[in-house]
Amino acid sequence: MIALAPRTRLLAAALLFVLFALLPFLATALDDHFIVITATRVMVFAIAALSLDLILGYGALVSFGHAAYLGIGAYTVAVLSSNGVSDLGLQMLGAVLASAAFAAVTGAISLRTKGVYFIMITLAFGQMAFFFFVSLSSYGGDDGFTLQARSTLAGMALLEDDRVFFYVTLAALVLLFLFANALIGSRFGRVLTGTRENPLRMQAVGFTPFRYQLTAYVISGCMAGIAGVLLANQTEFVSPAFMTWHRSGELIVMVILGGIGTLVGGILGAAAFLMLEEWLAIFSEHWKLGMGALLILVVLFTRGGLTGLLRRFLGGRA
Amino acid sequence: MSTLLQIRNLRKSYGALKVTDDVTLDIEEGELHAIIGPNGAGKTTLISQLSGQNPSDAGALIYQGEDIMRLSMAERVHRGLARSFQITSLLPGFTVLENVAMAVQARSGSSFRFFAQAAKEDELNRDAMVCLRRVKLADRADRLAGSLSHGEQRQLEIAVALATEPKLLLLDEPLAGTGHEESAALVELMRGMKRRHTVVLIEHDMEAVFALADRLSVLVYGRVIATGTPEEIRNNPEVRAAYLGEEAA
Repeated sequence: MIALAPRTRLLAAALLFVLFALLPFLATALDDHFIVITATRVMVFAIAALSLDLILGYGALVSFGHAAYLGIGAYTVAVLSSNGVSDLGLQMLGAVLASAAFAAVTGAISLRTKGVYFIMITLAFGQMAFFFFVSLSSYGGDDGFTLQARSTLAGMALLEDDRVFFYVTLAALVLLFLFANALIGSRFGRVLTGTRENPLRMQAVGFTPFRYQLTAYVISGCMAGIAGVLLANQTEFVSPAFMTWHRSGELIVMVILGGIGTLVGGILGAAAFLMLEEWLAIFSEHWKLGMGALLILVVLFTRGGLTGLLRRFLGGRA
Repeated sequence: MSTLLQIRNLRKSYGALKVTDDVTLDIEEGELHAIIGPNGAGKTTLISQLSGQNPSDAGALIYQGEDIMRLSMAERVHRGLARSFQITSLLPGFTVLENVAMAVQARSGSSFRFFAQAAKEDELNRDAMVCLRRVKLADRADRLAGSLSHGEQRQLEIAVALATEPKLLLLDEPLAGTGHEESAALVELMRGMKRRHTVVLIEHDMEAVFALADRLSVLVYGRVIATGTPEEIRNNPEVRAAYLGEEAA
């Protein structure tokens, strides 16, 4: 694990966000609207990967069921909008509450285990959520459910414009990044990272790790729930496919690809993963083979994912 | 002197092996009480039972008049009962200062604070520096704990325990694996702690033990076979037969 100096992390993130902000202009220049849609999707998954990095990178909690929160967020949009609540803010609030409840209950149970058992039990809870929505026939079961329209902002259908939606997603990503960034430097974040390094030591100075880990797990779930709300709006469709265990695995891959425990890595990893997916698919329908090979190379040779690789080129400090 | 910790009929077995066998001891306030005994006598297990890291099978622990048997390790630390580890247990990826500041943070205010940056809390850093000065590690404050020499890590281990502001400090072989000079520095450090803290010390270095201890207890196969002043222990025939041998004669 390679720690980034806080200033380096902020600088790298600022650079990424500026690049994102310029993409719609590039799309206009190239007359390629697809760029805006793809970039929005990248940012949605960047939020999910960021949330996972918070517990995986800083808490050493390998959640293999994190896609459940994407699904919970997405279905919150479906349920609320078909019951007349179309405001994006309210839907996000609903998603945060639903995610927090699911995370609090499953986390309290999962955190009684460690290591590979934690991975398995989060996977099991993720699958339970998946099958719950598969059997939810009033929302289409495993066929999914098409949304009538995107969520509204201040009662207006502003998000129907892909560019407005793009910038709303970017704003969410920036705010959640700043939140996570403050969190890991706070007293709370210190206890979380200390527990990652040596839980016995933390108990010996008077901390009860479970409380902090559970809180981090709930916060992470809420952030992923917000990503789910945006994902539903991006696709204008919700489906249990959002929350399969493959998707949970992909989120882990994004974090590893980008660099564990860096926050920026989650964003970079999501971008790299989704771009590679598009790009490799052009060459072959067996693109996943190429993805696997690339992941092996990243893990073996970059030490710290893309963030580690970039830093080595830029000569940053350890 | 009043009794700070009463250990009563404490037991712990792993299967058929009695690791702590009916241990009864009084730790008096302000004393440095050394526990000696051959390897495998159950010294570290006893410390782990006192600190709450390992549960006990039976017995009672009365600390300042309160039964603490069912309290977790963290709860005991908050009541002033701290330990150090025989095998160094630090946060290697944190700086020396952060290692100590973490212990200060644990006893000063809530750690459910999510926004203010902990590294900028002067009070945490100031209290941490006081502890680092006591163990003479102040000039290493910004180094990573994992990059310190073994002896320095032993000093840091004690600084972290001190930062919890313990009334009763359980030191598990603080001299383990240290060189001659390092161990001399640590003995000086422990001498400085006497009277300010009550200390239970496990140590194999007999020279250090007899130089520091007010009282000693000898543990053999989980049983306390003798308790007394260094002079009494030195002259106890049973102890000499069981443990000290010719070396301490």
